[in-house]
Amino acid sequence: MYLSERLRADSTETPAPATALRDRVAPTVILLGLVSLFTDISSESLSAVLPLYLTAVLGLSPLAYGFIDGLYQGVSALVRILGGWLADRADRPKWVAFAGYGLSAVTKIALIPLHGFAAVTAVITVDRLGKGVRTAPRDAMIAASTPAHALGRAFGVHRALDTAGAAIGPLVAFAILFWVPGDYTSVFVASFAAAMIGLAVLGLMVPDLRPRRAGARTAQAAEEATTKPDEQPTTKPDAQATARPDAQATAKQDAPSSRVTPSLRTMTRSGMGRLVAATALLSVLAISDGFLYLSLQQRDDLAATWFPLLFVGTNVAYFALAIPFGRLSDRIGRAKVLVAGHLLLVGAYLCTAGPVGGLGMTLLTLLLLGAFYATTDGVLAALTSTLVPTEVRGVAIATTQTVVALGRFASSLTFGVLWAWLGRGPAVLTYAVLLASAIPVAWWLLAGLRARGGQAASGTAADGTAASGTAASGTAP
Amino acid sequence: MTTRLRLGLLVAICLVLVGLTAVVVVRSRSVQQEQLASAPTQPTVSLAAVSTGPRIVFRNMALGPNYGQVAVVPLADPAGARVLTSLACDRVFATAVRTLCLGSDRGLVTTYSATVYEDATDAATPIPLTGSPSRARLSGDGTLSATTSFVAGDSYASVGFSTRTVVTTLANRTSVALEDFRLIDQGRKVSPLDRNYWGVTFAADDDHFYLTVAFGGVTHLASGRLSTRTVQTVRTDAECPSLSPDGTKVAYKKRGDRGPGDWRLAVLDIASGRETELSETHSVDDQVEWLDGSRILYGLPGQGTAAAESNVWVVNADGTGTPTVLIAKAWSPAVVR
Repeated sequence: MYLSERLRADSTETPAPATALRDRVAPTVILLGLVSLFTDISSESLSAVLPLYLTAVLGLSPLAYGFIDGLYQGVSALVRILGGWLADRADRPKWVAFAGYGLSAVTKIALIPLHGFAAVTAVITVDRLGKGVRTAPRDAMIAASTPAHALGRAFGVHRALDTAGAAIGPLVAFAILFWVPGDYTSVFVASFAAAMIGLAVLGLMVPDLRPRRAGARTAQAAEEATTKPDEQPTTKPDAQATARPDAQATAKQDAPSSRVTPSLRTMTRSGMGRLVAATALLSVLAISDGFLYLSLQQRDDLAATWFPLLFVGTNVAYFALAIPFGRLSDRIGRAKVLVAGHLLLVGAYLCTAGPVGGLGMTLLTLLLLGAFYATTDGVLAALTSTLVPTEVRGVAIATTQTVVALGRFASSLTFGVLWAWLGRGPAVLTYAVLLASAIPVAWWLLAGLRARGGQAASGTAADGTAASGTAASGTAP
Repeated sequence: MTTRLRLGLLVAICLVLVGLTAVVVVRSRSVQQEQLASAPTQPTVSLAAVSTGPRIVFRNMALGPNYGQVAVVPLADPAGARVLTSLACDRVFATAVRTLCLGSDRGLVTTYSATVYEDATDAATPIPLTGSPSRARLSGDGTLSATTSFVAGDSYASVGFSTRTVVTTLANRTSVALEDFRLIDQGRKVSPLDRNYWGVTFAADDDHFYLTVAFGGVTHLASGRLSTRTVQTVRTDAECPSLSPDGTKVAYKKRGDRGPGDWRLAVLDIASGRETELSETHSVDDQVEWLDGSRILYGLPGQGTAAAESNVWVVNADGTGTPTVLIAKAWSPAVVR
């Protein structure tokens, strides 16, 4: 249902080594990617067997499981903004994320002695709370440890590792169940072990980044280099930003942001309003994967028989394309890739809505869906990070992600009504037309944002004089 | 802490955790292997060999190599020795001439199947099944089958499971999905998009049937007709109905004001509309089966660690008496009279 909560299933894919990139992607990004990989092995191995465990061992009906699953998906969006805010406020994203990862890890071991519906529900709720808390601080750390011109690639690397973990998890779980049939305790132990490894990588290897403090230091250096002694820099922060050398523009920690406190105003004045509007517009027209798979299923039996593999296909495509599209976004502009990615989704709609089914059409749909995620999920986080001052980055990332989640939820509800009213094909086509016409509007919204301050160069130089060159070129007027 | 120390600590933690997991898995496997070795494999027979006389057909739930295989006991001596067949099913139902078996083949991608076996010849006929098996029923004379399965993702506005129910005329192997039938609620045709159907029970005329239909978060007992392709709601809060042998009563599970996944059994007198709650105090998640005109059978998970070894219980259908175990380590009973 959610963009950042892609439906996942077991898969046969294996992670491709990121060795070619390792010399250029910040070690912190790789480490955070590994943290996500192990944590996803942990949580996805669990979600793969939970339906079996609850129904076969605890004797719950699959309907009761459906209830738990809804809970599973819903809780994390709520606490996400809180996690981002905490990380910004304390300027300690690592330890806020650590708390989130730790919370989820502990719940895995709690599953072993607990039985029954209420206990499992409570455990899963705590697990999802942990997920909500950790997401925004983690993305803020990725942003803080990467130069602005390479953010798209950094998020791409992280999301690829994350997706690989999601694919390995169910394989681990089913391998254990295959070898020791019915031994769910072993799966819980393995899940706990994977979560703890992820936690250990985070706790021991990831540096304790202080983005706000670092930003202040950078800004101070910039000021000392450019201001005359008689000028009072704190009084006119915007003028200050435009005055400093553009060589500093690659640092996201620009001058004015060093003195702002985390607040809603700080966040909105930097073009976040436009980004949120564009994101909301696009996501309310994004039909959830579940519906698209269902649409494929209704058209032909092929998709129905291979239902579990549909998730795998999308994940494989996402995994393979996350880094290339991330790089592309660095080169040609993140807003462009983000908006154009929705054209791929329109393509997926058209494949799904048409009367002709078959293997080729199904594979093309999955490829387009995976490509859509690769052009939007990480790229959105990258774009958000460049847009706002360091002080509010966590909250800003959490906000856009929550907007996507809420938008997609609204989309599910309205699309469901439309499906019942018009039927499968016409409903999907209607969404295709609506989304296709929303894309130019989103393009305009985000183009305005580019004109305001340069989409990647210096986000808070709000009067439009600062930067107009693309991030990749590194040039400025 | 130096980087080297941190790295060393990380490697140590990883080794301990991976080692711990390996020890748990390997020990669990060796315990399981020992149990398997000590529990001798019981001889099995073909389904046709045991398909004679009044009997109860069920899924054997005794842990061991024969777990999940279809077993048969004489109706006159249900607690007596069971005869195991070579057929393995998740859910089984039987009539005098045919047996319906819903099975799953667990692997990296689990596949599911529904098969009808002719008792006389052991001939197998596959029928469509999408998703994990839930309920299985044949009509009294064995000419119709109904299967309910859970299809992941087949749901609206939420993640989670949803059901698919298919009725098949076995003679010509034509199947209808009940989702396509006209749905009448309170006298009006409705088509709620979140509707789900499950748990069919056939009347003796091979036309009428009862089932569960849920929409808007409410479950309904509904009656349907194959000839007119209609389903009509009868009352709310009733799931997995089962018609009594004489067709005058219907037993089902209901939630009342309890939480999700917490059901009790009740019996409805169709003519008078009077509902009687039964004396079972545990939550029952099963489509019950009538042992005779006055008693019903249902499965409950075993106690504590034996949860996977469910038992078949019997209770009076009029709300009196105390439930007792009829067949230990059994599930999915079907009474062939």
